[in-house]
Amino acid sequence: MTEPLLQMTGIQKAFAGVPALRDASLRIGPGEVHALVGQNGAGKSTLIKILTGVYRRDAGEVRFGGRAVDLRSPRDAQGVGIATIYQELTLVPQRTVTENIVLGYEPRRPWGTIDWKAADARAREVLSRFGIELDLDRPLGSYPTAIQQLVAIGRAASMEARLLIMDEPTSSLDEREVETLFGVIRALKERGTSILYVSHFLDELFAVCDGVTIMRDGRTVGETRIKGTTKLDLIAGMLGRDPDEIRAAGRTQLATDQTHTGPVFLEARGLSSDRRLKRLDLEVRAGEIVGLAGLLGSGRTESARAIFGMDKVTGGSLKIGGREVRLSSPREAIDAGIAFLTEDRKVEGIIPDLSVRENLTLALLPRLSKMGIVDEARERQIVEGFIKAMGIRTADMDQPIRELSGGNQQKVLLARWLALEPKLLILDEPTRGVDVGAKLEIQSIIAKHVEQGCAVLLISSEFEELIEGAHNIVVLQEGRSVRRLNNPGVTEASLIHAIAEPPDHPHMEAAE
Amino acid sequence: MTAEPLDLNLRRFMRPLGGGTHLTVWVALALLIALGAWRYDNFLSAYNISSFLQYNSMFVLISVGMCLVIMTGGIDLSVGAVAALASVVAALLSPLGLIVALPAGVLTGLVAGLLNSGLIVGLRLPPFMATLATMLAARGVALIVSDRQAVSVDWTSDFTALGMNKLGPVLPWTILVAAAVVVVAWAVLEKTSLGRTILAVGGNAEAAHLMGLKTSRALVFVYLFSGACAGLAGVFLASGYGAGQPLEGQGWELAAIASVVVGGTLLTGGMGSIPATVAGALLFGLVFNMLNFENGLGVISLSAYWQSVIRGAFLLVVILLQVRLARPQPSKA
Repeated sequence: MTEPLLQMTGIQKAFAGVPALRDASLRIGPGEVHALVGQNGAGKSTLIKILTGVYRRDAGEVRFGGRAVDLRSPRDAQGVGIATIYQELTLVPQRTVTENIVLGYEPRRPWGTIDWKAADARAREVLSRFGIELDLDRPLGSYPTAIQQLVAIGRAASMEARLLIMDEPTSSLDEREVETLFGVIRALKERGTSILYVSHFLDELFAVCDGVTIMRDGRTVGETRIKGTTKLDLIAGMLGRDPDEIRAAGRTQLATDQTHTGPVFLEARGLSSDRRLKRLDLEVRAGEIVGLAGLLGSGRTESARAIFGMDKVTGGSLKIGGREVRLSSPREAIDAGIAFLTEDRKVEGIIPDLSVRENLTLALLPRLSKMGIVDEARERQIVEGFIKAMGIRTADMDQPIRELSGGNQQKVLLARWLALEPKLLILDEPTRGVDVGAKLEIQSIIAKHVEQGCAVLLISSEFEELIEGAHNIVVLQEGRSVRRLNNPGVTEASLIHAIAEPPDHPHMEAAE
Repeated sequence: MTAEPLDLNLRRFMRPLGGGTHLTVWVALALLIALGAWRYDNFLSAYNISSFLQYNSMFVLISVGMCLVIMTGGIDLSVGAVAALASVVAALLSPLGLIVALPAGVLTGLVAGLLNSGLIVGLRLPPFMATLATMLAARGVALIVSDRQAVSVDWTSDFTALGMNKLGPVLPWTILVAAAVVVVAWAVLEKTSLGRTILAVGGNAEAAHLMGLKTSRALVFVYLFSGACAGLAGVFLASGYGAGQPLEGQGWELAAIASVVVGGTLLTGGMGSIPATVAGALLFGLVFNMLNFENGLGVISLSAYWQSVIRGAFLLVVILLQVRLARPQPSKA
């Protein structure tokens, strides 16, 4: 076997004593397109950051181009020929295409000024390798994201990178643009450039990669050729499960019939949005918890956003209480009785400087005020009630919410929505980053409201939470609902099988 | 309300003053007043207090308007120019009496505020650019309407009564009107759902939108309110000093921003205090007032330009103190 271009072995890294990488390794051959997969928190980005000189490793060895290297900064990494295309574009949109390609490495005339003719020639040459022709004098920002991304790749290629790292390169591209990108990747590969390809869209790996490294819990747990492996094997590896067990589980569908007496509250048929949701079929009854399962990027959050009026619905129908509706803003969704506890507490949830009381009652304000004046006595009474009922640990209700622990912040946000007495509660990862005690409390609060007739749509990456909590689980793949599993009877293995296997029917397989 | 007879909750007690993070400005204000009373003979005289309050009532007004705007994460650069324009409008209409000239001045401010909010909410321009445009436009209109001259008010009408008369020996009417506006702003912020929405927009606009809050309405309100405050300040100017001044008010927007910041309000929005902003405005006026007394003592003699330098240095000191003393607790999340 030829000497690999990159060989990382026994890499360890801890942050403030918490290990992020325990024993990670990565090997990429010359001209190889190599995939790196793993769940969130598996250590992919830490490993990449060590490779690009952003972090320094605690232990282990990095060999690049046949010799041991010690990369202390991104500049060092670029110096040896490692370039990165980040998920967020890191070019300068106001400057021209040429300027972006040569930025920092401008060809100069003998007396020091920039040789723009040579710069244009270089830019044109780089882009033509990929079969793209652009107006080099136009600001980069005037081109679509996909083109900008290709220019970023072109820039890296022009710097004679030997290893190109692409972090989720397709997350903002449409299908046609993905094809163009794949063409560029193949062209780079032919010229001998190695590529490290990080993506949670597993199907893409089979289209473009040669080898794959699987990480879990800070360790490299597998390395294999892409030919000869299956998506199910990859997922089993990422989750640390036995693939044979999952295959066996798929054959014994243990669906039993359910008797949920409540009427259908929400019904989505073929719902699609402008944000990666392609076809959602879904039904949630009053007093029922429906789980949404799928890999990262399968469209779980996008489903919730479309239902809640955050994203533009581009097709299909949505019925609430049997009546067809079009919700074009969160306001309208709330008025229709829907509440949405979002995944990202910091960005979409808390108002950090407002108190627990104010955070809790924000959505309720219209009902708490007469002629715009807040009835503070009633407000305090309601907040008091929720703090007691939900066991929110706070010094007093006027404490700024930012001073609370993550679990308690989450309880306040949950209370914010429960105070509205919603008919449908959408929960996106309600217990992520929450300690075990608070997690159980949150789950029991949700269960209580379901008993009282609230419908719940539960998005979770934790299989246990879905299997134990949900009456039905709708499985999403690539923006489409492909299966529906009925509880009791769903096992972890059967759920993973449903997530990993390609859909058996073009339409959703309803087990009812 | 809790049923306890005596609520010793410190956080709630502090809230009317603006809470712990705003404490610096109150302490600084108290220290300066004590220093002034000890050092200058006439510092606490009726004349000094009333002329101090009369002049600074204008700054209290625009600072409070600015405070609401900044709480949403915005900025209003147009207040000084709008005040100048409103002073010209009010002076031109002063023969018709206060009953016409006062509303006309406020209306001038409201029109500017409407323009600002239209640009910001309707056209989604950044507040900095939108209010900068309004500032230039308002200044231009003020110069055109006044023909580049100070417009003398009609002394025979009742117009000057507002700016020059007092309640008792010390309290000018302008400070009473300004105080009423402060109370209104404070009540809106503390007691209404609109006030909560203002803070929520500044604290986390995305979350506010997802909760279905009427964020646009809150933004329109703060720019209208700030415009009206500037307009009223313009009326005070014309009424108290006898002329509409098309060139007055330059740098007022910066003085107002400084008052808000000294009061402990974050420029990034989401938190802040109306009372502490008032204290900030008074603190600034007080530094100016005391420098005048220093000149009067004959120990030093400072030109207006040096006074500006000293005020700038003072601003820095107060803000540094705030950063050092009232560093917010890091989030545990």
